[in-house]
Amino acid sequence: MALITAVNIYKDYQTEDVIVHALQGLDFEIDPASFVSFVGPSGSGKTTLLNLIGCLDKPSTGKLTVAGFDVAPLSRKESAAFRGKNLGFIFQDFNMIPVLTVYENIEYPLIMVQNIEPSERRERIVKMLDAVGMADQRNKYPQQISGGQKQRVAIARALVTNPVLVLADEPTANLDSQTAYTVIGLMKKMRDELGTTFIFSTHDTKIVGEAEVIYRLVDGELAGKEVKGGSAHA
Amino acid sequence: MRNLFKIAIRNLIRYKRRTLLTASLITIGVVFVLVFVSISGSFKAMITGQITDSMMGHLQLHRKGYVASIDNLPLNLNMKQAAYQKIAQILRSNKHVETFSPRLKFGGMFSNFTETTNIRLNGIDPEAEFKTAPLFPSRIMEGKPTLARGEILIPALLAKGMKVKPGDPVVVVATNADGSVNGKQFIVSGILESATGPGGRDGYVHIEDAAEVLRMTETEVSEVAVRLKDFSQLAAVVRQLKGTVMEEVNKQGQPMFEVHSWEDLSPFFNIARMIDVMTFFIRIMLIAIVIISIMNVMIMAVYERIREIGTIAAIGTLPGKIRSMFIIEGFCMGVVGAIIGVLIGILIIGIVNLIGISFDFGQQKGLLLTAKLSFFDLLFVPVIVIVVAVAASLQPAIKASKMEPIEALRHV
Ligand SMILES: Nc1ncnc2c1ncn2[C@@H]1O[C@H](COP(=O)(O)OP(=O)(O)OP(=O)(O)O)[C@@H](O)[C@H]1O
Ligand SMILES: [Mg+2]
Repeated sequence: MALITAVNIYKDYQTEDVIVHALQGLDFEIDPASFVSFVGPSGSGKTTLLNLIGCLDKPSTGKLTVAGFDVAPLSRKESAAFRGKNLGFIFQDFNMIPVLTVYENIEYPLIMVQNIEPSERRERIVKMLDAVGMADQRNKYPQQISGGQKQRVAIARALVTNPVLVLADEPTANLDSQTAYTVIGLMKKMRDELGTTFIFSTHDTKIVGEAEVIYRLVDGELAGKEVKGGSAHA
Repeated sequence: MRNLFKIAIRNLIRYKRRTLLTASLITIGVVFVLVFVSISGSFKAMITGQITDSMMGHLQLHRKGYVASIDNLPLNLNMKQAAYQKIAQILRSNKHVETFSPRLKFGGMFSNFTETTNIRLNGIDPEAEFKTAPLFPSRIMEGKPTLARGEILIPALLAKGMKVKPGDPVVVVATNADGSVNGKQFIVSGILESATGPGGRDGYVHIEDAAEVLRMTETEVSEVAVRLKDFSQLAAVVRQLKGTVMEEVNKQGQPMFEVHSWEDLSPFFNIARMIDVMTFFIRIMLIAIVIISIMNVMIMAVYERIREIGTIAAIGTLPGKIRSMFIIEGFCMGVVGAIIGVLIGILIIGIVNLIGISFDFGQQKGLLLTAKLSFFDLLFVPVIVIVVAVAASLQPAIKASKMEPIEALRHV
């Protein structure tokens, strides 16, 4: 069964004078444990779509199912609980909590979102720190580490709650290309190890090559789908 | 919960200077209130004690209408012995009453054999009077702190003006209720320091001597001064006594007696009330300081951390937790400000007592003020500050918890 099913998704934004049609009738399915990218020029609707899949926003029309849940009828609080339980987020600007150390940033969702007991918490964090190669930086504060390191911590924070799906909107946009490749590589490695689905967006046509399934977005419409090592069909 | 505190405290430390400024504003407010409340309260208690214990008693009973014309000491408004016994009976059976003292007040002429002037006198039973007004003996500046039959205590100003001293013979002449005049010779036994308030410049003789001068067949009583076991019960006892005493009616069905607390009789009570009003406004000011400073800081904190709020909301932190996070910040600032304020307040009050503030009240010179803090204020002021700090953080905290994550994340 597909992890995500989108049927005829539309999203309009009502601004003061005009209605912006950000997404115009998207249909797609994403399988569990896949490594997916949405690519497209600025304004093509990548962020809008990832917000919908991430239960941060709701489609104007259409049916979106994530991990078996129809997400449209969820209340604010239910959405928050759903995100906390099933999803992980990686942000373009890293979005560390500045007053917490690397270790505590990874610990945050285990305490404040889920309620994991201390011994298991420690075990999971240490495992994640090792996996992302940040074990020796664990007591540093976010402003003491580099952007690439912050994004590694963000990957650890997103994965430590054992989500089924991690969403990353332009995770490499603020990184140099060398670091960008390492970060995407790390994400892929984690997918291989944990079987977590990753969806990331990018407008970088080189980095998108790292994805296994690539959706091209143009003006809020799907303009193509490419599956690596398999058949490409629209 | 522990982690909410950890994050809140770290955030407070992150904006060290601002936190310090806000907390010290609260501290200053708390110190100010505590010191003011303590000094003014102690001043009030001390003056009240001076007034009640050196002269007035805590409350007084008279025959109905006496207080209205107390300036001319009307003999026809005295209580007869039977009426006084009724009052005495009521007072003896009241468990709040420690002791009471009957007084026979009258006006007369005072002569040192060369000069004559007018004088207001209280006939008292010395034993009862000294118990009811325990500071009374301390007002006797010269002579002996007792009063026997045939002796008179005269106020200092009169002694000075008439040039009499303890041991001198004097004559008191008074007109009795029938209009006939009588005189009696007394020996000055002591000079009385003046006190503030009605009756503060009266002389004193034994009540039996007073009855003799006034040619009374039975000793009448103008006023009964009462001392309570617990001064803080005053209002309740006055209410209670009014109830019982009002039931005593004359043949026309009118109440026979009236009850007044010292507050009704002494002009100082208005000053005491003024002090209370000032204290009240200073407390309100403290609350305003706390509200404004905490709210200001919390609104700023929420505004600065919109993206952070967006992040934690996006990864699934429930709105209630986000709200708590900010409320706890306000709470912590309130706690720190209040505790430091209390400590500094206690320190300052200690220093004030060490140095010793002395002041003069009326004729009483060099009264030494001991500032005390009631347990109530010590507990209540910081608790109020903390409660207000939490209340002031509420609005910004709720605003933070209601933010939409995508909008908060887009915020630059
Ligand atoms: N909150 C909003 N209100 C109004 N219009 C919006 C809003 N968010 C996005 N849009 C519009 O919707 C369209 C899609 O925007 P979106 O942010 O999804 O694009 P994107 O592909 O993420 O672009 P970029 O690569 O620049 O991040 C754009 O035309 C944008 O102006
Ligand atoms: Mg975008």
